[in-house]
Amino acid sequence: MIWLTWRQFRPQAITAAGGMVVVAIVLAATRLGLASAYTAAGLSACHAHCAAAASIFLGRVGGFDKFLDFGTVLLLLVAPALMGLFWGAPLIAREVADGTHRIAWNQSVTRTRWTIVKLGLIGLAAIATAGLLSLLVTWWAAPIDAASLAGGSAQAAGGGNGVHVTFTGFAEARLDPVIFDARGVAPLGYAALAFALGVTAGVLLRRTLPAMAVTLVAFVAIQVVMPNFVRPHLLPPAHITTPVGTQHGQVSNNVGSGLISLQLAGSFSKPGAWVLSDTVITPSGAPAPNVVETPSGPVLTAMPKACLPTPGSGINGAECRNALQALHLRQSVTYQPASRFWPLQWIETGIYLLLAAALGCVCIWQVRRRRTP
Amino acid sequence: MSGATPAVEARGAGKRYGHRWALADCTLAIPAGHVAGLVGPNGAGKTTLISLATGMLAPTTGTIEVLGGQPASDPGQLARVGYVAQDTPTYAGLSVADHLRLGAHLNPRWDAGLARDRIEQLGLDPKQKAGRLSGGQRAQLALTLALAKRPELLILDEPIASLDPVARREFLQALMRVTAEQELSVVMSSHLVADLERVADYLVVLVDSRVRITGEVDDLLATHHLLTGPRRRAASLPASQQVITESHTGRQSTFLVRSSEPVIDPAWTVEEVSLEDLMLAYMGHTAGSPQGQRLEVSQ
Repeated sequence: MIWLTWRQFRPQAITAAGGMVVVAIVLAATRLGLASAYTAAGLSACHAHCAAAASIFLGRVGGFDKFLDFGTVLLLLVAPALMGLFWGAPLIAREVADGTHRIAWNQSVTRTRWTIVKLGLIGLAAIATAGLLSLLVTWWAAPIDAASLAGGSAQAAGGGNGVHVTFTGFAEARLDPVIFDARGVAPLGYAALAFALGVTAGVLLRRTLPAMAVTLVAFVAIQVVMPNFVRPHLLPPAHITTPVGTQHGQVSNNVGSGLISLQLAGSFSKPGAWVLSDTVITPSGAPAPNVVETPSGPVLTAMPKACLPTPGSGINGAECRNALQALHLRQSVTYQPASRFWPLQWIETGIYLLLAAALGCVCIWQVRRRRTP
Repeated sequence: MSGATPAVEARGAGKRYGHRWALADCTLAIPAGHVAGLVGPNGAGKTTLISLATGMLAPTTGTIEVLGGQPASDPGQLARVGYVAQDTPTYAGLSVADHLRLGAHLNPRWDAGLARDRIEQLGLDPKQKAGRLSGGQRAQLALTLALAKRPELLILDEPIASLDPVARREFLQALMRVTAEQELSVVMSSHLVADLERVADYLVVLVDSRVRITGEVDDLLATHHLLTGPRRRAASLPASQQVITESHTGRQSTFLVRSSEPVIDPAWTVEEVSLEDLMLAYMGHTAGSPQGQRLEVSQ
């Protein structure tokens, strides 16, 4: 049974191995430059307060490496789906559609064993493939991830004013929903589930193409629901309330299209944290009026008189700051701290593996039910 | 041979799809050591019966046993039954040699010598992909796979339906040779009555999802007679003569009757019935008469 499973899987295995070799060569070739830039920026010797060095390093990362950083994330998002489509969906559906299951099920091997061996071996191959890819990408992106975690930002190198620490053009923290999917052990779970989804759809629909379509839709849906609605609650999120407009932050006026507004600067700074919600509140705890969220942070649209520019002298910074302080605005942030990366990874991987195992049982049960002449 | 244990024994076996019975209330016992022909028009339930016997389907009602065991229930039971499915499926992407390797890996009683010899005799290139074989070659490959398993019972579902006459003849000859050599029981379905006539010594006729008649060919031929004589009604025949088909012209009546006793009425011209005529009669066609007629089966 193992021989037959391998013999049938051989073409797909060769394709996957070829792709893997190409990826490995490209990553290995570029990793060297990334590592030496990391050392040159002084990061490998830095142990505390490394944000500046990290920013220098991130500022130096070249265009192709940026592309790879993005590309590898994309690859790890897509690879499990591909395995579900091209390894999972046809696994049993194609046999039934071609009638070859009538050969397979009439050798001296029970249908149950046939299903278990096929599911188990190819499922393991999918998990191993995703694991290897994740390992490769995690290894390759380690300098970038480390610099991000150290608080570096490509923009901060120029002395930005960020309410949040932003890493434009880069992977944000590893906990960022998209990056999370492409690091650590999570891809193993994704591959297992995508594969199991494919096989199950194939067993139920008994035709390869519809099974592929259903697999794709179902897997994408799960991958959208998980980070947006489930993952934030896998562990109770942390909560912090910090003052606005003082401390690290600075007040600046924002003159755009005749409208004068004020960029607020919060003091929340947790490198690598995954911010789930970030609102400006009044002392009573209600959302502050006249505050609008913008990509660069919250903006005050109706501001204290002291912050309005006076003809000739502009804004009196100190008075404006005092007036702002008198509002007692606070920044309320719900987040998952960076330290939750591995616990969240293991929990999520566990959930996916359990789901995959449950689907595997459905497949075995369905094949045993022998509805297919 | 397994002596008293029938090759296939069904008790009230039925298979329903929604409201439609593909096979209804099937009770039969095909003894071991025969080449049993399973005959009936398309859609009569032949494939359903075979699917039940191979364990590809589970019966909705009743039971079916093969060589005394549940079909496909365990590896031992699977090893005892060889199956050549309808349209003789093979793995298009695998070579002939791969198919033999498949058989060797999956069957403890695999006869590698037999498989190799057959492939050689057939003149098949072991490196050839099964997808590129002709229909006849694929059928032969599927048969080889089933035979090299060394089964006690070989079940074939319309193995020759899609073959040309030459390939059909070769396939049947090969089948006859091995059944003689291997002391094999065979159950083979076909709607090609003439082909079955050449090989079958036991007959099961299925019509409209039901078993119409079963029995050894010799017995069936000995108990069926074609009677021709002056016109008379079927009801006037003795009770021992069961009318299968009847046809009437102005003055003459022709009856196909089943009777265990010899027909002695001198008014009749009594003729032997060919197996083909017999099968066709039970399948609802006319035996020995060009005109359509009503089929009447008592009981």
